[in-house]
Amino acid sequence: MIEEESGYRGKAEEFLQAFKKGAEFTHDLLRENERLRYRVLELENSMGSMAGTGGDQSQALINRIKELEQEKQDILDRIRKVEDENEDFANRYVEIEAENNNLANLYIASYQLHSTLDFKEVLQIIMEIVINLIGAEEFSLMLLDEKTGDLRAVACEGLDREDIPPIKLGSGLIGQALQSGESYFAEDIETYQRDILSPMVCVPLKIKDHVIGVLAIYKLLIQKEKFAQVDYELFTLLAGHAATAIFGARLYSDSERRLSTIQGFIDLLTK
Amino acid sequence: MADFNILIVEDSPTMRQLISFALKRIRGVRIVEAGDGVDGLKKISAEKFDMIFTDINMPVMDGLKLISLVREDATHKGIPIVVITTEGAQEDRQRALALGADDYITKPIQPNRILEVAKQLLKIV
Repeated sequence: MIEEESGYRGKAEEFLQAFKKGAEFTHDLLRENERLRYRVLELENSMGSMAGTGGDQSQALINRIKELEQEKQDILDRIRKVEDENEDFANRYVEIEAENNNLANLYIASYQLHSTLDFKEVLQIIMEIVINLIGAEEFSLMLLDEKTGDLRAVACEGLDREDIPPIKLGSGLIGQALQSGESYFAEDIETYQRDILSPMVCVPLKIKDHVIGVLAIYKLLIQKEKFAQVDYELFTLLAGHAATAIFGARLYSDSERRLSTIQGFIDLLTK
Repeated sequence: MADFNILIVEDSPTMRQLISFALKRIRGVRIVEAGDGVDGLKKISAEKFDMIFTDINMPVMDGLKLISLVREDATHKGIPIVVITTEGAQEDRQRALALGADDYITKPIQPNRILEVAKQLLKIV
């Protein structure tokens, strides 16, 4: 009986030990479970925060790309603006170059016209200007004969002087230019037919309002299709400067002649 | 000391001045002028030129004679020569080119054309 009782006690003890171990094991399991759940939570939080950071970076990159696109567009706009400005400058350069050439031509014409007091040389210079600067092939320079009141050809290019009759004041285009002092330009140079009394261009040579002659042009050089702006300026220059150059040269040769006549008389009287 | 010595042989003072005016835009250029072929030859024999512009119709000695004499001369035959003619004077121009002229310009003179021809023959960029 006692043995039986001690046997029960031993088994109860064993059972209690086993139960204690089971309880401890359960506690361990519960702790491990708690730890793992905490770990899972940690990992989930960690993953969540990582996912958030990637999104911000992407957004920042997208914003940066937009900024760069805008910057690129601004630069392209500026390049386009600079290109337009460059084109303007190039056009302006060409205009200034042309203006410079025109001024050079006008300067040379003016300089040459007043470079001599010899009447023949003045006529020669006028001819050269009309040929080389204006580009005329056939033309005549007519001066007013103060005695008869007619215009007479004093120099010609591409024409015979004998073919040009004296022109009376108010007669035809040339006579009208002499009378009015106004230049005449044929409307259509290409279809112009040569007519000695009706040139394509009549330019009166004037000192103030006093007309001393007329330049009449009948034909231009083959490569000269029409008049340029500088040609009209040259005509204006010729109208004034050629007239004063001719007038001055005539006065000078007259005074020289008179001086030599007076000198001759003085020599005769003093001998 | 000039970089380029250019001779203009032309009887018309207006033309000489016009050509000279255009050529003076080249940096370091020195222009010498002659009124006819003989005067031009004298100047060519007196100094070295990098280029010659010559008219064809001139008194005393014309441009064609001047070109042939320059091309026959061993010392100066390599100088580039440009003739000044009128568009209508094709025969003269052909003869000048056949005699050894390098290029031509026609009247009425365009300063840009003078400059273009000069720069091309002087190999200025």
